[in-house]
Amino acid sequence: MSLAGGCHEHASEQGPKFGARGLGVQRGGRAVLEGIDFALDPGELLELRGPNGSGKSSLLRVLCALMPPAAGELRWRGEPVRAGDARFQRASAYLGHADGIDADLGVAENLHFAARLAGQEASAAQVDAALSQVGLAGAGPLAVRSLSQGQRRRIALARLALRRCDLWLLDEPHSGLDAQAATQFDGLLRAHLDGGGIAVVATHHALDLQGRTLRLDA
Amino acid sequence: MERTWSTQREGDGRVPGWLAYASPARFDPLAARLAPWFLGAAAVLACAGLYVGFVLAPTDAQQGEVYRIIFIHVPAAWMSMFIYLLMAMYGALALVLHTRLSSMMASALAPTGALFTVLALVTGALWGEPTWGTWWVWDARLTSELLLLFLYLGFMALEAAIDDPRRAERACALLALVGAINVPVIYFSVRWWNTLHQGASVSLTAAPSMASVMLAGMLLMALACWMYTIGVALVRVRVILRERGMLPGRRA
Amino acid sequence: MTLARELQQSFAAIVRQDVLRAWRRRGQVLAGLLFFVIACSLYPLAIGPDVQQLRSLAPGMLWVAALLASMLSVTRLFAREFADGSLDQLLLSPHPLAWLVLAKVCAHWLTSGLPLLVLTPLLAQQYGLPLASSMALAASLLIGTPVLSLVGAVGAALTLGVRGGAVLLCILVLPLCAPVLVFGAAAGAAADAGQGMAAELSLLGACLALSLLLCPLATAAGLRIAAE
Repeated sequence: MSLAGGCHEHASEQGPKFGARGLGVQRGGRAVLEGIDFALDPGELLELRGPNGSGKSSLLRVLCALMPPAAGELRWRGEPVRAGDARFQRASAYLGHADGIDADLGVAENLHFAARLAGQEASAAQVDAALSQVGLAGAGPLAVRSLSQGQRRRIALARLALRRCDLWLLDEPHSGLDAQAATQFDGLLRAHLDGGGIAVVATHHALDLQGRTLRLDA
Repeated sequence: MERTWSTQREGDGRVPGWLAYASPARFDPLAARLAPWFLGAAAVLACAGLYVGFVLAPTDAQQGEVYRIIFIHVPAAWMSMFIYLLMAMYGALALVLHTRLSSMMASALAPTGALFTVLALVTGALWGEPTWGTWWVWDARLTSELLLLFLYLGFMALEAAIDDPRRAERACALLALVGAINVPVIYFSVRWWNTLHQGASVSLTAAPSMASVMLAGMLLMALACWMYTIGVALVRVRVILRERGMLPGRRA
Repeated sequence: MTLARELQQSFAAIVRQDVLRAWRRRGQVLAGLLFFVIACSLYPLAIGPDVQQLRSLAPGMLWVAALLASMLSVTRLFAREFADGSLDQLLLSPHPLAWLVLAKVCAHWLTSGLPLLVLTPLLAQQYGLPLASSMALAASLLIGTPVLSLVGAVGAALTLGVRGGAVLLCILVLPLCAPVLVFGAAAGAAADAGQGMAAELSLLGACLALSLLLCPLATAAGLRIAAE
């Protein structure tokens, strides 16, 4: 079920959809990573592995254009990506370390807001469906304040399920999830990839999916 | 691998000649060579200007010897505003071209700008006391200088408060730009406020009519301040480059 | 959905969410208003109860108190988003960030500037200001407080997450708000003196127009810098 005005486009071009060439990442004014290259086609998964402090989170922030790269460039569908690039932002979704959930509002309110911010309209049925996909069926009217850390993480994952975008950039999606929720999320990710989406995931967990791995050892 | 400055543009290798000096590694030796010349020129011009102002220029009929402080007050006020505009220009360069050296130049200029603002305020007070009987006068120029001082100090406070040097540079660049757009508004509003409340009675801008000698003296002092600013900024920016580790290691 | 409708939706969503949140945390908003009330009450205590003197000083003092109250409340403009990671989601929206910032500032004004306005005629009574003059003062605040929110937003973006942020924000923003203070207080004084305040109000209007144009862009740039 995709949203009205959803962001799926037919992958009609040849060549990689999402790629980086000679990417360099800085943190606090110092170079953390250099010479990152990759090219991803629809349906491909890239796992970022490395110890704490190796720059996984910083690299993800560069990949979603929140941070400009220190060197190199990023390309989406053959066009270079800049900060504030609306075309790229409609097609991508980011999940950071922090959930990005407003604790003062309700669960459904959060998801409706996220949809509007992304330029989409979500009906109540679509919000409920997204919540069911992460195991929070019927949690719509609840206040976020009353939920646990793991449940809040799941709301952030429901946001991904609601938006249905081509590119997922995820920073440790499993953090705070119990075994059952983690399995549900893996299913979600598998469905996304099978549907032609691309995912770049920084994780400590071994993902049970076929994908390439980029090791970022210091 | 040598860490040099980087831009977002596709590397085509060729940049205009002057832009090449935005590389810290090339700028540093140039600055080292030029700084002493500027400081020397500043010293010479200052001596000349002070000689003209304090010895050659005639005594004013109304204000006596006190008016001579104008030779320091006015150039200092000019410089304080000019330096802020320069900082804003470097800030704009830093934000558009993503060069770190531009924002470091802005940071290097800030303390000098603040110094000239303080100098303008102090000399204004020294002029006001014998002339009007009070140490502080709410005239348009002094009030603008006071607000300008707050802008400079705010810039320096922001730079000191942010830990990440890169974020500090870019935030300060934006602040300088925003402030520069505001400076004409502030100046206009202060002048408007001044005429509204006081009329034309008290004004430090009511300087004695300018004989050409006096004008020459002020221009010499202004040039001296300008040379001093450049020299000191070059020295300071070299220190900042080292502090932030922007130079590729010590040369053997 | 057309782009215009999308932009309208996101603007309305942000305003709605912020106003809702302010309502659910009314204590914070009321505390800011209480600060305004207390600050206004301090001046007569310090200067003395001479009604004539207080009346002539009223526009200026009320304006200064409004300015300080506004500075204190603007520190919370982006604080929550920065703390819980929502700022990233805001930055990743396909809509122009300046537009979203405008929505946030609008919501902020509705929850802090507008209540100040409503209280002003009441507080002006403490200064012996007649009702007509205090309404005129409120009119000057109506045009001026949005400017304070807009300029404050730039400061809020620059000092996001910085230690000692609130004081630093005040240091940065207060000099930039000097023109608004000058024009606003002059408007109130002119109205009380029986002269027209058209000139002052149009100057305030010009400040508002300029800040509506420039401040959201500057704030957006500041937010991107803070999130890097």
